[in-house]
Amino acid sequence: MTSLPACTDKKLGLSIDLDICVGCQACVTSCKEWNTGGYSAPLSDHDPYGADPSGAWLNRVHSFEVSEPGWARTLHFPRSCLHCESPECVTVCPTGASYKRTEDGIVLVNPDTCIGCKLCSWACPYGAREYDHDDGVMKKCTLCVDRIYNDTLPEEDRVPACVRACPTGARAFGDFADPDSAVSRAAEERGGFDLLKEFGIGPVNTYLPPRRGPAAQANPHQPGHPATSPNGARVAPLPASLAKPGGTLEKLFAWADRALTR
Amino acid sequence: MNPAYSVIFFTTASGAGYGLLVWLCLAEVAGLLPDHRWLPFGTLALALALATAGLLSSTFHLGHPERAWRALSQWRSSWLSREGVAALATYVPAGLLGLIWLFGLSSPLVPVLCLLSVAGAVATVWCTGMIYGSLRTIHQWNQPLVPVIYLALAAASGAVLLALILSVWGLVWPALLALVALGAALALKLAYFARIDGSSAGYTVQMALGLSPDARVRVLDPPHSRPNFVMREMGYQVGRRHATRLRRIALGALFGAPLVLIVVSLFGFAPALLTLAVLSLALGLIVERWLFFAEARHVSMLYYGQSEA
Repeated sequence: MTSLPACTDKKLGLSIDLDICVGCQACVTSCKEWNTGGYSAPLSDHDPYGADPSGAWLNRVHSFEVSEPGWARTLHFPRSCLHCESPECVTVCPTGASYKRTEDGIVLVNPDTCIGCKLCSWACPYGAREYDHDDGVMKKCTLCVDRIYNDTLPEEDRVPACVRACPTGARAFGDFADPDSAVSRAAEERGGFDLLKEFGIGPVNTYLPPRRGPAAQANPHQPGHPATSPNGARVAPLPASLAKPGGTLEKLFAWADRALTR
Repeated sequence: MNPAYSVIFFTTASGAGYGLLVWLCLAEVAGLLPDHRWLPFGTLALALALATAGLLSSTFHLGHPERAWRALSQWRSSWLSREGVAALATYVPAGLLGLIWLFGLSSPLVPVLCLLSVAGAVATVWCTGMIYGSLRTIHQWNQPLVPVIYLALAAASGAVLLALILSVWGLVWPALLALVALGAALALKLAYFARIDGSSAGYTVQMALGLSPDARVRVLDPPHSRPNFVMREMGYQVGRRHATRLRRIALGALFGAPLVLIVVSLFGFAPALLTLAVLSLALGLIVERWLFFAEARHVSMLYYGQSEA
């Protein structure tokens, strides 16, 4: 049904920190890698290695130069579906293929009933939906619905692929309906804002603004990022023989290095 | 916005078909049609053929035309779905009228079926206009005038077609009706151009990126090296440079030439002159509809270097 749920039990979404995003595109490629084999498969490309490559991607990172009086920086800007509270991409859908889930607020497209009329992409102010020319249906961010509830994955992997891949912790995943969730707290503390708030479509994903001035980052990762979880501390230590400076193995490598350099 | 040719053909052809259906049915109810065995049926067949050709062509731009029937299900929220429902519903009274007229029957139901057909045709064209008029992402479409203009252009093109058909009987009132309908549509279209020129919905790139209004923004590195679907579909720019010239062509072919030809036709050679008027009108409608897309700016282009939308 394209009529919207009055409210959703959860509001799952992403918190994207524009202060720490370095524009490395890791979230873009990991998103493509996961989703071209998952719920959204295929995400077709055309001429991917040629002169005019194009294809369906669910996450894009722009880079801008921005300046205000007394402040300037490069702003890397990830852009994907914001799983809005009143998504007009859903209400315009004539078939009911687009829908917003009552249980968690995720906006999805059913690829089996989408007719590929593209009207939803016209209704989205963020340009978040991309049409798959080979599949003939619209594709969009699923918030990795096939990861976050997937019991067959290790627990730390049950976050969207973009969040898992982000090396700087600029992306976090959580429930914005829960005021105590890490993403809600981050939005509260950092002045998280709605993208195109004036448009009033109720985006769930929240952006954290770039910090003004050269403030040092005491806490570089967003709360909720895998790197801050207890699992992050459980990375296996290096083998003792490698870790110990001056160990036998290190001497061997050093000798080999010298021998080969000669 | 990228103008899909199938959608241009659909909205112009089906608009003319529904316009013709409206005027035919109203003329029948008013008892203004000349008494001819095949006139009502032939005109109705032409109207439905135009509407049907348009509806069929609109499925050509779909990724999955075979699933088009599913588009009838979401009429509660979707104008596109409502359009499909209204279009199909209109076939019921119009089809019954067609059967009655085909077999030369006389039935007390004819006026009722005529009025139902009129209601269905008006509803269908209104829904078509609202598909565009309801999109808040495109300032040039999100105007109260948009569905009104869709109706006015359907009425004008239908009236010119009916004037051509009835000119065979030497009737003058259809030509006068066509003049009035064209004049009204012209006034609305000029009001529309005046409304959209120099105005915007007020969304800025600063809003799109969450910066203060006085921030300066420059695209440093786009997210992809070549245009993607969003840029090709929503960022279509061809023709915007020539918008002024195309507007002149559209207005001349859609209104100017037909108005002159219809006035001259009042004095003789009506069928030939009105045929020219129909041809000019068709060209003008296609240019107008193409321009309607080409001049539409989508708010998502704020992320691709546009500073206002």
